[in-house]
This record gives sequence, structure tokens and C-alpha cells, in this order.
Amino acid sequence: MTPLLQVKGLTKTYGRHIGCRDVSFDLFPGEVMGIVGESGSGKSTLLNSMAGHVVPDAGQVIFDTRDAGPRDTRAMSEPERRMLSRTDWAFVHQHARDGLRMGVSAGGNVGERLMAVGARNYGAIRASAIDWLDRVEIRADRIDDRPTTFSGGMQQRLQIARNLVTGPRLVFMDEPTGGLDVSVQARLLDLLRGLVRDMGLSAIIVTHDLAVVRLLADRLMVMKGGDVVETGLTDQVLDDPQHGYTQLLVSSVLQV
Amino acid sequence: MSDYNFAYLDEQTKRMIRRAILKGLAIPGYQVPFASREMPMPYGWGTGGVQVSAAVLCPEDTLKVIDQGADDTTNAVSIRRFFERTAQIAVTTATADATVIQTRHRIPEEPLRDGQILVYQVPIPEPLRFLEPRESETRKMHALEEYGLMHVKLYEDISRHGHIATAYAYPVKVADRYVMDPSPIPKFDNPKMEMAAIQLFGAGREQRIYALPPFTRVVSLDFEDHPFVASKADHPCGLCGAQDSYLDEVIVDDAGGRMFVCSDTDYCAGRQVDGHRGSDNKEYAA
Repeated sequence: MTPLLQVKGLTKTYGRHIGCRDVSFDLFPGEVMGIVGESGSGKSTLLNSMAGHVVPDAGQVIFDTRDAGPRDTRAMSEPERRMLSRTDWAFVHQHARDGLRMGVSAGGNVGERLMAVGARNYGAIRASAIDWLDRVEIRADRIDDRPTTFSGGMQQRLQIARNLVTGPRLVFMDEPTGGLDVSVQARLLDLLRGLVRDMGLSAIIVTHDLAVVRLLADRLMVMKGGDVVETGLTDQVLDDPQHGYTQLLVSSVLQV
Repeated sequence: MSDYNFAYLDEQTKRMIRRAILKGLAIPGYQVPFASREMPMPYGWGTGGVQVSAAVLCPEDTLKVIDQGADDTTNAVSIRRFFERTAQIAVTTATADATVIQTRHRIPEEPLRDGQILVYQVPIPEPLRFLEPRESETRKMHALEEYGLMHVKLYEDISRHGHIATAYAYPVKVADRYVMDPSPIPKFDNPKMEMAAIQLFGAGREQRIYALPPFTRVVSLDFEDHPFVASKADHPCGLCGAQDSYLDEVIVDDAGGRMFVCSDTDYCAGRQVDGHRGSDNKEYAA
């Protein structure tokens, strides 16, 4: 089976400071990979390097494209890369405001990716916007409201709808539940788990919240100081941590 | 004899502007940066259009200047006098007699012909400006032909008003490549842009020039189920009775009285000379 995404020796430094160093892994279709670590451990740098938001210093990010098979996204031309990032890829930002157009209605936000790939029928765009708002549990009568009138949890769900409307195969998520209160987090996680399973999505989730990866991720990667210190199946890593840092991380979670 | 160089600008500046114009004509709809000069008028009064006109004017040209279709408004009169004084060229109000027409917000009703140049004054050349605030990003979007965002604006219009409510500066796609802001002309004028004359667009404050060669394909953006409609007020002209021209609504008293008249004054006057009369034309009513 061809991996959907192969990361090989990915390195990004900021001058003398290391963002992430020599990270390699394969992600298979339908698999959810969690990346955990403390602040400054290089998780977000790694995610942004893979998604093409920052240019890595070394390494390859090979994506199994629909028409040409596995290709190194760093060697793609910019139009190809941007096309990829609005069709087969999706990126969910930690802050919904970074991923939404706040001056555009919810329907327009969801429809933007459709229009960007050539949809030119208003009725069809609106119908799929309504469908997607329903799937992320936003009432259809809010379709013409701006995201500024939405709560934090709704904005995050709207961002997810906006990203998934073109049926991507790979979703990058940067702390998708950060900044939400626990009951809203629980609903969002429930929703994400359902969507990932229904659509057969592959996802890479960066978080510092072990509960999120426990629920969503199949495999786990633990980062510290820019290095990957431990990888394995989620339950295995969390229940039987080998590396000292992972043990610290797991034991730091408050048991209520 | 005035102390100005012909058409106010020095020769090197005119050369620089002509280069930008030629580049604009070679890549229809592409916004060419140029080193806009300080002109003896405020930004927003047509500094871009004046510089383009100055660069294309020849001593044998006949100039017409219109503002919202009218030859007798402040902006039109002052620019016309500016070139009379600095270039000693012939001026006219008749569309057919002019070789260079500088315009703000209208295309003349009378079809333009080969050999004429229409110069637009453009306040904001970037059609994506209010959708994407970053200039670096909009230039990239033009370069990569990523125009989905333009339709988001039209989508918002329909969702809010039930139809595409954008009535002026209606975005067009030029020669199947660049999306262009046609300057704030009413969308009624959009279909006229596929014309025999050369069209030049100058934005002074924004320092951009773009152009349309004759008969360039110009398509107004729309949705399949909400097609583009070149709309106008649903009345005949009150003075000349024209059914097919773009109309201004004029308030005539304090009791809510109003009339609709052609915004193109030359077209309206010409029709009245030919004996056409509208219902509000009391003085000359036949």
C-alpha cells in the first residue's frame, strides 16, 4: 500500500535555533497521526513545514497525488502546490479567525473553496454550504450570518466545514480544540471523530492535549526540543511510555 | 504661448507612461506599475487619466472630457481647460468628432470607432482589494489566475439581496485571463467594452495603468443560475425619449418630483436636435 504522505528527513531551523530536526514518518490513507509535545518542541514548525506554510531547510514531503502518484510537494510549482492546498489538503488553524474570512457570511466561507475550484452555480454552492453547516451542527438559518456573530466553538466548526467541503484526503490540524471550554471541546472532538471515520480522512493533529490524541489518533509522535523522541500506537505510547519525557508528559495529566 | 511643455508633462515622463501603456496593451487587463507624477489637481480628480491622456495626445488630436457622461460638470470642464491651456489642442463635446476621450464613470452611448482612444480615470485598479487586503497576495492571485474569491463577493451579494447587487465597477474577465476592475462605470456599460476603440485605464494615486486593445473579449463575471444583466433605470429619457441610454435620476422639486434624463449629455442633445422629445420636455414639446 502506498503511503498517502511520506515525510523524509524534514528539518527546519531558525538561525541557530532548531525548529524540528530530521523528522521522518509515513502516513497511510485513513490514518490519524497525533503529534504531541510541550510548547516550543517544534510541533507547529513541523506541521507548517509539511503544509508548505514555511519552507523547510532539508527533507522531502511526498504526497500521493490523485493523477500523478507520489510527488515531492517541495519540488512542485507554486500553482500546483496552491491547488493541492485547496483541494486535497485542508488546514485547520488553532484560531478560527486565522482560517475564516470574518467579513464574509458563513455560506460564503464554506463556498469559497468550491468557487476556487470552479463551481459557478449559486444554487449548488448554497446547497452544499447548507449541507456542510448541518454536518458541523450549525443551524441552516445562520448561513447568511457573519462568523463574527458566532461563538468560539461555532467558528471552529465553521472552519472545519469550510475546509472539508472539497472532500480533501489529508487534513492538517493545529490545536483544533485550543481555546475552547471542555464541554465544547468534547462536542468538537465527537464531531471530528465522526467526520474522520465517515470520510476516511487522513489527518495530522498537533496538540498538547493528550485527551485529544487518545480519542482521535491512531498513532502518536512525541516531540521534544525539535526531535521526535518516541513514536508508536497511541494507546501503547500513552499506557506504556518508554522515553523519560513521555513518562513526564503522561504523568502530568491531572486525573479527575 | 504658454510656458508649459506640450500637454504639461515633460517628454521623459510621457515616454515612461507610453511604455507602461504599450505593456498594458500587450497584456490586456494586467495592471502595469508606473511612476505616477504629482499633477496640479488632487488625487481622486483624475490624476491617472490626465497623465495617460497627456502621454497619448498629439497636437492634431481633438479632446473630449466627460464626467458621469456629462461634458459640463466641474471635473470635465477643468480637465478640458487644462489641456486647452497646456497643449493648445482642439476640444469638442461631440463624441464622433473626438479622437481622445477622457472619461470618469461612463462610456459614451454613441459607439466608438477605430482610431479613437477612450481614457478612464480609475480610483482603485485592484478588483480584489476589498476581499484580500494584502497587495502581495492579490498580485500572486492574479499571477496564478486564482479568482475564486471574486465569486465570493458575488455570492455575498446574492445571499444578501437576492440578486447580484453590484451595480458599478462590476468585475470582468479580460481575454480569458485577467480579472479587471472596469473603473466605476455602471454595469450597463460593461457589454460596450468590446469596442473598436483603444481603452486605457489610469490610476494616479495607485500608480497603475492597464489597457484593452480593440475588440478584446470582456466577460462580466456571474453565476450560471444568476447571469449578468446590464441593468438601467426602467424609464425613457425625460428630455429626448431615448429608451436605450443610461439614465440619471434628477430630483426636480421638494415634493418628491423626479425625472430621468440621459447621463450622456452629448447623446441627449444630439437626439433633441434630431427632433426626438421626451415626456418631461415642456419647453420644446412638439
